[in-house]
Amino acid sequence: MSELNEQALAKYRNSFLREVEERVDEGEWVKMCMQCGVCAGSCPFGPHWEHSPQKIFMMIRAGKREEVLASDSMWMCTSCYNCVVRCPRKLPITTIMHGLATYAHRLGLAPKNQPTRDFSVIFWENFTRNGRANEIRLMLRLWFKDGIGAGIRKALAMKDVGLGMLRAKRMSPLEIFGGHGVKDVKGFQAMIRKAQEIEDRKRGFSK
Amino acid sequence: MAEMKTAAYVCQGCGLGERLATQQLAQVAQKEGKMALVREHPFLCSEAGVQTIRDDIEKEGVTHIAIAACSRRAKTEAFHFPAVAVSRANLREGVIWSQPDTEAARETTQEMADDYVRMACAEVKRMKAPAGNPDVARNTRLLVVGGGISGMTAALEASKAGYPVTIVERAAALGGWAAKLWKRTPAHEPFQAPAETGVAAMIEAVRADPNIEVRLSSTVARTSGAPGRFSVEIAAESGGAATEEFGAIVQASGFSLYDASKLPELGFGKSPNVVDQAGLERLAREAAAGNAPIRRPSDGGEVKTVVFVQCAGQRDASGTHLPYCSGHCCATSIKQAMYFKDANPAVDTAVLYTDLRVPGNGEDFYRSGQSKGVVFTKGSVRAVEPAGNACTVRFRDLILDEDAAIENADLVVLATGQVPNSGVDIEKVAQNEPGEWQSDASSVLNLAYRQGKDLPLLRHGFSDSHFICFPYETRRTGIYTAGPVRRPMDIAQAVEDATGAALKAIQAAENAALGRAAHPRSGDLSFPTVRLDGCTQCKRCTVECPFGAIDEDEKRYPVFNESRCRRCGTCMGACPVRVISFENYSVDTVGAQLKAVDVPDEFSEKPRILVLACENDAYPALDMAGMARRTYSAFVRIIPVRCLGSVNTIWVSDALNSGYDGVMLMGCKHGDDYQCHFVKGSELANYRMSKIDDTLKQMALETERVATYEVAITDIERVPRLIDEYAAKIAEIGMSPLKGFA
Repeated sequence: MSELNEQALAKYRNSFLREVEERVDEGEWVKMCMQCGVCAGSCPFGPHWEHSPQKIFMMIRAGKREEVLASDSMWMCTSCYNCVVRCPRKLPITTIMHGLATYAHRLGLAPKNQPTRDFSVIFWENFTRNGRANEIRLMLRLWFKDGIGAGIRKALAMKDVGLGMLRAKRMSPLEIFGGHGVKDVKGFQAMIRKAQEIEDRKRGFSK
Repeated sequence: MAEMKTAAYVCQGCGLGERLATQQLAQVAQKEGKMALVREHPFLCSEAGVQTIRDDIEKEGVTHIAIAACSRRAKTEAFHFPAVAVSRANLREGVIWSQPDTEAARETTQEMADDYVRMACAEVKRMKAPAGNPDVARNTRLLVVGGGISGMTAALEASKAGYPVTIVERAAALGGWAAKLWKRTPAHEPFQAPAETGVAAMIEAVRADPNIEVRLSSTVARTSGAPGRFSVEIAAESGGAATEEFGAIVQASGFSLYDASKLPELGFGKSPNVVDQAGLERLAREAAAGNAPIRRPSDGGEVKTVVFVQCAGQRDASGTHLPYCSGHCCATSIKQAMYFKDANPAVDTAVLYTDLRVPGNGEDFYRSGQSKGVVFTKGSVRAVEPAGNACTVRFRDLILDEDAAIENADLVVLATGQVPNSGVDIEKVAQNEPGEWQSDASSVLNLAYRQGKDLPLLRHGFSDSHFICFPYETRRTGIYTAGPVRRPMDIAQAVEDATGAALKAIQAAENAALGRAAHPRSGDLSFPTVRLDGCTQCKRCTVECPFGAIDEDEKRYPVFNESRCRRCGTCMGACPVRVISFENYSVDTVGAQLKAVDVPDEFSEKPRILVLACENDAYPALDMAGMARRTYSAFVRIIPVRCLGSVNTIWVSDALNSGYDGVMLMGCKHGDDYQCHFVKGSELANYRMSKIDDTLKQMALETERVATYEVAITDIERVPRLIDEYAAKIAEIGMSPLKGFA
């Protein structure tokens, strides 16, 4: 169990709702859900989730910490904002879903090998390195994360898309050697660090 | 009364002159209708036209007039001649507007109009101008039974309107349930927090009002009489009784809490830490008096977790407990959870509900509860298990679909429902024999009425009050229910309800003083009279009157109380010997109309269908169908009736014997969700007609020749269709074999 998780457990012993309110982006809205189920009915991914937003909110109130944080439901959100538009109580559901996903990842409780999560991690590392997304490296990391054979199969399957991107100059093969970045990479990274520090302080992670 | 002098007026306006041969109509009125004076007028409802009629009444001494023009529902002000008997032939909505304007239809349209003129002439000769109920009294003092929020509101509102009031309260103090609350759910913006009840100020206002007399520790031992002259015996607990006269009565007898000891599975009675909502109010008041937080009853320990169990013994489908929702309890639980949250946000409060229902502005209050951190869990509670000072609440989580539990609850509050204090169920408790009447301690009003001591009930023990159309009206004229005895409700609704009831009571007392009917025929001056020498004491009128207006004397003869009567004529429809009648509406007035119709012979291919249409819904729907130019068969002859309950089966057999081919009866919806303006009229009519098959068989007629329909006022499209379908049915089964014998 991660150290952060142990700290959180100790701090919020039996109130997961309070933990969510304090530590999850827009988490203070969870208590305002009136369980009408409009979000669950509006979600285009509805049939593919284990728990609808309605259920996630109910589980938070019921103190089902492990189940919520280990759920892959938040990771399935495509940010279509259908639920936010329809929620009669005006809950920022999409933001809460992303907030929960981030928090679960932070504590090391998010499901392993969850494709969205893998992509997010790879993207974040790729992007924060130079301040610019490096398409070719991002692509290669993503395809070969499950081994060489799987990578080659994936590459062959996607070759037409790749060639199209090359032709349209949307991707440069030369970027494989590090690629270009923002003008002030150090300054950019300092900015990211500062933002993280502020977020940690706000969420009560800093010591 | 002076000699009868009849007159008929045929209007040519609104296209009547173009579509109909009005000269022929005038001839029909003169020769067949035997009207002494017949006039045609190009525009009868104009000032000049009305003046013509008025002149005839004044100078020619006309006493009975038949107006052949538009529907009796139209131009009521122009054709208002209270001193004479008036009948109306509906030639506009009922004939030219509902028949196609074609050459082919000209003949049948004219026949229809001729018949309506014959009918109006025949009817008016059997009518008398109603003189008004002679047995009147004007007493404007109101009796309010019950001194809770509803009762006090009714009293204060009536007093403000200038009417003196007597409040009779069973308990030793005013205030009712509201006085037992620590706070109430808020009634004003911003609906965020529990509010002061305001009961003390209300009691003060009642006490200070010289128009209001309060009788505490008293009950109603006997109520007799009628609106305008109720005689009420008020018995004091200390002994002694006084009889007083009142004009009208408001029954605000309130509710009792459902007995929580019937809910052992929810832990009630097993631990003092399980209370009902009233129990929690008591704890809150005690705590507030000591300026301390609410403590755990079992040991005075600190309260850290409170669980509210909604629908405890309510909305129960199994038939064991209350089947209905009491409406106020969700908001009450939110309020009570705030008692804890507002004092100490660290206290965990959970509301376990299946459907959170917060009528009125409760949604804002609900949201306020959520933002204060009250946890709302959609779940149905299976069991509350007390052990020592803690309780475990087991429930089914209805969102996650799994069994769950809240452990270590220090307090469990059961939201039990409201049970109306509606007295005795008169369907089950028979009234005493006349002359042996005794008061019943469990009755609220102790009515000395033939039909029983309290108001009839509708569902679940609540007083019947024409729930759908006219909620203030009960089935006892001049007696109005207000507050939770009528239906479950909260304080805000009770205040509104009581205000309305007070105004209705005032109206009833004033109407009674003028000898006029109350709702729905308000203003009607006619009243039923009975020819007792023909009466067989069969008691059908006294049993069937939907309003309990008719008592019985010791010989079992009916005793009419005109002021209690709503003039529906259900007694007239019930009477097998036909001795009950109104001055302007009787077995004769309708019988004469249906006999006045010219029934063509068997080979004419012109059947005749009699439609007896309820004047409250079916007849207006037919008129409106005409206004919308919906056409229907020209073979029908429509007679409006006050209520389908007033239809005497003699009309049906007379019609069939006179050669009519079919009879349609159109009345309001009956049953639990009845829309009958006279509550039971259409139901009784349906029951009576269900028995008519035997009669039809005896007459060797097909049972289809009599058909009963439920028609709502909105059935404008449907009514013409029903008529046409029925006409097609008659064409199918063929003409009646009974033509030409009458």
